Amino acid sequence: MTIAPSLSPVPQQGSWQSHPAEIVSILEEIETVSTYRMRFRDPELARSYRFKAGQFNMLYVPGCGEVAISHSGPPDSDTGDFLHTIRVVGRVTEAIRALEVGETLGVRGPFGNPWPLETYRGRGFDVFLVAGGLGLAPLRPVVYQLLKERDHYGRIGLLIGARSPSMLLYSEEIRAWESSGIEIQRTVDRADRDWHGSVGTVPLLIDRLRGVRLDRTAMLVCGPEVMMHYSAQSAIRLGLDPSAIWVSMERNMQCGFGHCGHCQWGSLFLCKDGPVVRWDSAFSKMRVRDL
Amino acid sequence: MTPIHLGNNSDATSTSSKSSSNHTQDRNQWPHGFLPKEQFPAFIDLLNQSFDEVIGPRVDQGAIVYDAIRSASELPHGWTDVQSPGVYRLERKSSIDDSRIDPSCEEEYFGYNVGPHSWKKYLFPPLTTLMKSKKTTDGWQMEMTAEPIRRRVLLGVRACELAAIAIQDKVFLTSGTVDPIYQTRRNHLLIIAVNCTQAASTCFCTSMNSGPECRSGFDLAMTELSDGFLVEVGSDAGQTIFESLKLRTVTTDEIDRGRTRRARAVDQITKRMNTDGIRDRLLSQLENPHWNDIASRCLSCANCTMVCPTCFCSSVDEVHELTDDEIVRQRRWDSCFNVDISHLSGGPVRDTIRSRYRQWLTHKLATWIDQFDTSGCVGCGRCITWCPVGIDLTKEVATLCEESS
Repeated sequence: MTIAPSLSPVPQQGSWQSHPAEIVSILEEIETVSTYRMRFRDPELARSYRFKAGQFNMLYVPGCGEVAISHSGPPDSDTGDFLHTIRVVGRVTEAIRALEVGETLGVRGPFGNPWPLETYRGRGFDVFLVAGGLGLAPLRPVVYQLLKERDHYGRIGLLIGARSPSMLLYSEEIRAWESSGIEIQRTVDRADRDWHGSVGTVPLLIDRLRGVRLDRTAMLVCGPEVMMHYSAQSAIRLGLDPSAIWVSMERNMQCGFGHCGHCQWGSLFLCKDGPVVRWDSAFSKMRVRDL
Repeated sequence: MTPIHLGNNSDATSTSSKSSSNHTQDRNQWPHGFLPKEQFPAFIDLLNQSFDEVIGPRVDQGAIVYDAIRSASELPHGWTDVQSPGVYRLERKSSIDDSRIDPSCEEEYFGYNVGPHSWKKYLFPPLTTLMKSKKTTDGWQMEMTAEPIRRRVLLGVRACELAAIAIQDKVFLTSGTVDPIYQTRRNHLLIIAVNCTQAASTCFCTSMNSGPECRSGFDLAMTELSDGFLVEVGSDAGQTIFESLKLRTVTTDEIDRGRTRRARAVDQITKRMNTDGIRDRLLSQLENPHWNDIASRCLSCANCTMVCPTCFCSSVDEVHELTDDEIVRQRRWDSCFNVDISHLSGGPVRDTIRSRYRQWLTHKLATWIDQFDTSGCVGCGRCITWCPVGIDLTKEVATLCEESS
């Protein structure tokens, strides 16, 4: 019979197989946002499951559907647990919120390209993380990894923007990071009476950065598209090379392996060629409306 | 004739079979034979005895579609189609006065062009079950569903359709991730190609370098003459069948007649698309105002993507069994023309027809090349014929890239 062409060296099965995972605990972070600690029911899978900072899982509530959610917990967890910080925005996330500790949902993953830490580790690079709103969640695994491998990097900065002080994610934990030697800067769109910090958008924090070593700095940006766009522009004005700036793109994702077509952005399938994209590749596409 | 056994192909291990490379070898190494018209019905019977299913062309609801064929009498003998942008009509060959018709071949089995169906539906099914979930006292249990293996013959595959299958092979098999459903179906396929001996006004395979002559990717290829078929072997499996048919060798006259008939198809193709540097030319026109002009005509109905033999977008639906405790996930064809395909919590990314048509055309002809190292278009013309408002992509490309067509 006519034979399909020979397969690429390491063919991956494009699996739709979702695996039951149990909700181990739920932590309410801010309004409409909670962090779920999950663990695969299958002990072997729980033991072997690994992901990298920046990758995502497809979370599945049977009867309701799947949603792509980034990892927000530490990579290389030895308990087999993994974390997802989820905002209720639609049908599936609403259904996840209705779940209680001990209940199960389906998990497929991990999918996607991770943040490029391997490019910068051990080369004396400074790393600035720039987060807008819930964009801090996909960057939190980076923070964990940078802290764990502190000696492999130079200066580490975290610039955070939120709509209001009450919308600042992980605020307790961030104070601990600050005392571990991460430079933290926060800004809010709208202050309240107790707020004594910056007011304005995240790119302003980038504009104010001093002492940035232009040839030895990487910037990882995650947040709303417009925020990433202006952040990258600020970084370039500062003198950073576009190839040192990375953004994490959000698009509708269904399969996770480049077969369903939903997440296409120009020539990229963001589920497998992203979600983390280097700015020199993202820039021309982001300029085109409705691409 | 006794049924043909092609060895054990019950699993996917045949991907490493040596026959995979045979298609690229010199075609003349493979034998050619002559199958007289009188023996053709018995050939169809033999295929039916030897395989689970023979899929071929038949007339249904005023069109030639692909469906199970149990006997030669079900084939569209004597029918042809007349196509133009937004128009498809079946005619009896004997009753129309058209210079395109070869008067010596009015009663052909394969005297038509491509219809609304493509073979895609047998490799990448329009609706398929992926996984089942069952709620137990211990939480959800989830398992993949497997479909029974069906050994299929695809009968009457055109050159452009062979090219389309090769493109979907890249999408579903060799771009990094394997689709197991596609792979299993693909590995249990016998492809009998049929060379075109005429062309529709919508055909432009010569521009896409995909036809009209079948050159590779088949087990057997046939050219229909008035009194029989020239049969050409393209693989080991094809060779096995060829030998069981005990065909006589072709005469020089028959070879000449076959060549003449195939040349008719080439001569009848008038539609052209300039593909030189088309990727860069199209991607430099993302803000061209002409997209608005197309959007004023396009209904965003998704017909073009449904009839396209290479379009591969899909979505997954949740299907409830009787209770909420048993859920099935079903994959169905979707389209970049459907607004929901780019849905995000803030709304769809491509919420205008302009942006959706632009996505379709630039993907098909430009970014597809980046993704799969091939154009996504084979020049079959289906999207032109089945567009309800007759949008012709070759003309839109010419306008967008400002050519004097």
